[in-house]
Amino acid sequence: MQPVIELKALSVKLGKHEVLRDITGSFTGRTIGLLGPNGAGKSTLISTLLGFWPVNSGSASVLGHDVARESKQIRALVGYMPENDSFISGMTAVTFIRMMAELSGLPSEMALERAHEALFYVGLGEARYRKLGTYSLGMKQLAKLAQAIVHGPKLLILDEPTNGLDPPARQRMIRLVREMRDAGEMHIVLCSHLLRDVEETCEEVVILKQGRVVHYSNLENERRLNRRFVELELHGDANEFVAAVESLGCESAPGALNRLKLVLGDKIEVSDIYRVAAEKNVQLRRMNFRRDTLEEIFLKAMEHTNGSL
Amino acid sequence: MAVYKRTYRGYSGGLTTHWSRFLVLYRYSRRNLFKSKFLTSLLNLCLVFPLLCLLGIYANDHMSAFTFLGQHSGPLFKVDGRFFLLFLSGQSSLAFILTAFIGPGLISPDLSNGALTLYLCRPLSRIEYVLGKMSVLAIVLSWVTWIPGLVLFFVQASLSGWDWMTGNLWIVAGILLGSWIWILSIALLAMALSAYVKWRIAAGALLLGVLFLGAGFAQAINRVLQTQQGYLIDVSKLTNIIWQDLFHDSGERALPAGEAWFGLLAFAALCFYLLMKKIRANEVVR
Repeated sequence: MQPVIELKALSVKLGKHEVLRDITGSFTGRTIGLLGPNGAGKSTLISTLLGFWPVNSGSASVLGHDVARESKQIRALVGYMPENDSFISGMTAVTFIRMMAELSGLPSEMALERAHEALFYVGLGEARYRKLGTYSLGMKQLAKLAQAIVHGPKLLILDEPTNGLDPPARQRMIRLVREMRDAGEMHIVLCSHLLRDVEETCEEVVILKQGRVVHYSNLENERRLNRRFVELELHGDANEFVAAVESLGCESAPGALNRLKLVLGDKIEVSDIYRVAAEKNVQLRRMNFRRDTLEEIFLKAMEHTNGSL
Repeated sequence: MAVYKRTYRGYSGGLTTHWSRFLVLYRYSRRNLFKSKFLTSLLNLCLVFPLLCLLGIYANDHMSAFTFLGQHSGPLFKVDGRFFLLFLSGQSSLAFILTAFIGPGLISPDLSNGALTLYLCRPLSRIEYVLGKMSVLAIVLSWVTWIPGLVLFFVQASLSGWDWMTGNLWIVAGILLGSWIWILSIALLAMALSAYVKWRIAAGALLLGVLFLGAGFAQAINRVLQTQQGYLIDVSKLTNIIWQDLFHDSGERALPAGEAWFGLLAFAALCFYLLMKKIRANEVVR
């Protein structure tokens, strides 16, 4: 499978300051979350992938195109929603989005049709003939999203898409990102310092700190693994129960007060645990699945100082 | 009313050629420009002088028709290199006024609204962006410089015959080259200034200021240092010297044409450098 983003010992300097340091990684997920505290290098990484900053050493490629040599090809395949205010105040939304579509290479009539569609899709259909300067912050964010998707990109890069949005507007934005993800026509890179946004939308997470990748996590795998890790509180003869579940292929670690930690084998379902408990006449007083939240993953990653994939 | 789908769908249709995309910027900028009635009127006013010249050329060739007024029947003036030099000098001043109104509005709104990121994240290079924006000025200024100049030349050629035209073809080169030198110089200056001064009115005023202050400083340097090299910072003077050379004018020249070319090229390079420093998707905060 072709990686969406591939980084090989990538370093980027802005002036004398090395913002990205020796980053290596290959990301293939449909939605990739870029996380990190302010100044971690998230936006610089995005700018480098778009060819805005030159690569100092190493290499990076997006959808198989090298960022140093094929930035035009990359930009033709990418839709970018920047973090900051970016619009032309004197233009109506539909004219603006149409112009952006034409700059991406769409013929004029098709660009107009797609501009209308994109504005309806993001929920600005009724306001599409209003000038962008009169839009609220939430509407401007949606207009930025519309310009990023109008040309049907293969990769959508969203830089802090929920910045400054009130809760309903944030929910709308997250719903749109999920819908686009589920439509399956594009990959999405979501850059945010809001863990919830990433957790709700992404399959993979890359955590940056001081210009380095300190953690990579496949959230889908993490969730799957979490579902295999069970904590039980028993009442009755635990020894027989433990022997029985181990014979099924589970790993166990007894704790105090009749508590037991189990890692379920590949073919073992929770229903099998209930069945064994019934057979051994053991009561299951409590059953918890481990829930390693993204916040925990992030905090653990922040403790590292020098991480690599 | 059209009904649009409210689901996301990709695009797999045809695309325009890469080289033509900078013209999208031209189209949208031009459309925006001519929303202003003032600018449209100003552009029309700039065509009054060429129209008068046209009437002059026609009347000059038909002086025999005025013999009943007791006037002599020979031509009143000679249509030669000097005539076109005067024409270009007049039109260049009007072109500069047009530039002062149009130029600052081309880039400064994009910079002040942070729109450059959106342009440059598409398959459009910084050079193409500058070309797209500059083409608006270049085309509008062409309408008041070399296009009417060539019309005058060919009207004169049709009135004076083949021999006049073949004998004066070098004037065509002078009109084209002379006009484009001026157009590119002031367009680059206007765009460079509008990239640094985001307020349109201030950028327009600064454009006028740079030209007049440049001329003032040039005079001051010449007086103080008892030299003519001060003209190297006076763009209008440099252009005028080059025009004198192009139109074979025998008048006195403040500097040799080679030095004027050098000065003007250095000026254009400086403007281009300053402009490209600002035309970036992201600003580096050091």
